[in-house]
Amino acid sequence: MASIDGALLDFKRLDQLAMGNTSLHRLDPRAKVLTTIVFIISVISFNKYELSALAPYFIFPVALVALGDLPPLLIVKKILLLCPFVLMVGLFNPVLDRAVFFHLGPVGITGGMISFTSIVARSVLTVGAAIILVCVTGFSDICRAMERLGMPQVFAVQLHFLYRYIFVLIDEGGRASRARQLRCFGKKGLGMKTYGSMLGHLLLRTWMRAERIHMAMLARGFTGEFRTRHEYRFGGREALFLLGWTTLFIVFRFVNISRLLGAFFTGNFQ
Amino acid sequence: MSHHIVEIKDVHHVYPDGTAALRGVSFRITHGESVAIIGANGAGKSTLLLHLNGYLVPTSGEIRIGDTPLTKTTLPEIRRTVGMVFQEPDDQLFMPTVYDDVAFGPYNLGLPGPEVEKRVTGALERVGAGHLVNKPPYHLSGGEKKRVAIATVLSMSPDILVMDEPTSGLDPFARRQLMALLHDFKHTKIFTSHDLDMVLGLCERTIVLHNGEVRADGPTMDIFRDDELLAQCRLEKPFSMQGCPVCGKGA
Repeated sequence: MASIDGALLDFKRLDQLAMGNTSLHRLDPRAKVLTTIVFIISVISFNKYELSALAPYFIFPVALVALGDLPPLLIVKKILLLCPFVLMVGLFNPVLDRAVFFHLGPVGITGGMISFTSIVARSVLTVGAAIILVCVTGFSDICRAMERLGMPQVFAVQLHFLYRYIFVLIDEGGRASRARQLRCFGKKGLGMKTYGSMLGHLLLRTWMRAERIHMAMLARGFTGEFRTRHEYRFGGREALFLLGWTTLFIVFRFVNISRLLGAFFTGNFQ
Repeated sequence: MSHHIVEIKDVHHVYPDGTAALRGVSFRITHGESVAIIGANGAGKSTLLLHLNGYLVPTSGEIRIGDTPLTKTTLPEIRRTVGMVFQEPDDQLFMPTVYDDVAFGPYNLGLPGPEVEKRVTGALERVGAGHLVNKPPYHLSGGEKKRVAIATVLSMSPDILVMDEPTSGLDPFARRQLMALLHDFKHTKIFTSHDLDMVLGLCERTIVLHNGEVRADGPTMDIFRDDELLAQCRLEKPFSMQGCPVCGKGA
């Protein structure tokens, strides 16, 4: 079960990055969460044939990777992991939408090709931004920030627990799967049937664990409300970060910087 | 300091499926005692422990912690008094960081921020885990998890410490460390364990459960010398009391 164990290690890697101590890491998570939300909304709000206007947005992930001292290769790898899904979504665009937009030498560029590229670019931007947010903030701080921004506590707690126990669950699933593999000697084992009962066992075990966790919570006086420390402060630096970036995103949204630059260099103002 | 007393009177517990797990268990543990509850698998140890802080309610019988009978209204007070450390630390450490986890109990007690901070630092120092304070629990080793789990309970300053299998899954060194730590606690301590050498080292009194009944209750040494009793209850002498495997001489 190398892949599952590997995925777990990767998860832990993201978590360790979030423990960094750059100025970006120290910002109030709310500022980072809000900025990322504005970023994502402005990126996905373009029409499906827009491509050139998306280009300036790449400055945000690039700047954050640099400021947060993140390993760019790891981020790229994480984004690539999602590529198959994106390709699935956009796969038929070039086939279905054959209206030629313009000619690049002898090759006719169709609307489908452009919308496909646009989907890919948008996915890379949004997924990249989300991954970078996790890397510079940490999952639990994101939950906390969302909660303080008004997300109901029930959801915040759910997400907390999801993240905490995904490690344990992956561990358990990995063990069960390894046990199966070791006893089926390179053949198929009993096929799908075993996976069914394996999942069932996993569910039951999860259930039992949930009960034990609840027990441990009750033993420490849990009454239904989560109280934790609030050590972050939304100050001038946060306001600057949020305002600066959102202004930039909004400008990018309404002014096509790429086209302006192109026009500037070719001296071709309309 | 009568609130350090644990008194169990004729407690019966029948699970919904009809299994009678406890059949008339009675004992009294007084202030500062260190007591082991031992027995074979399925003897009723875990069921008994879950009664001590009110997670399970006896089918009949009475439980008193100090002067307070265990009822629904006294439950919060009793859960503060009885600190329960579970066998599997992963079940006990559910917050995003060690700090948040150790602070969970004190916050639930409604303590103010600075006091919580003091308690968290104090509890972590006590178990030698001060350097782990900002780590997420899933990055810890087994021994570290166990010590942090104990700190999560210590931060509520309980009078009575109840631990289910404290040494299970630890390497020999971590086990020694933990035993030394537990030895220094002045709380009333109640352990369940299959690690009988630990019982011998830490507990002056032992209660033997067998099929949901108390079969013996007395000084640990006396219990472990009673070969017949041990055999009947599917137990064995601690290794340190068995003969040497090389020369055959008794310990």
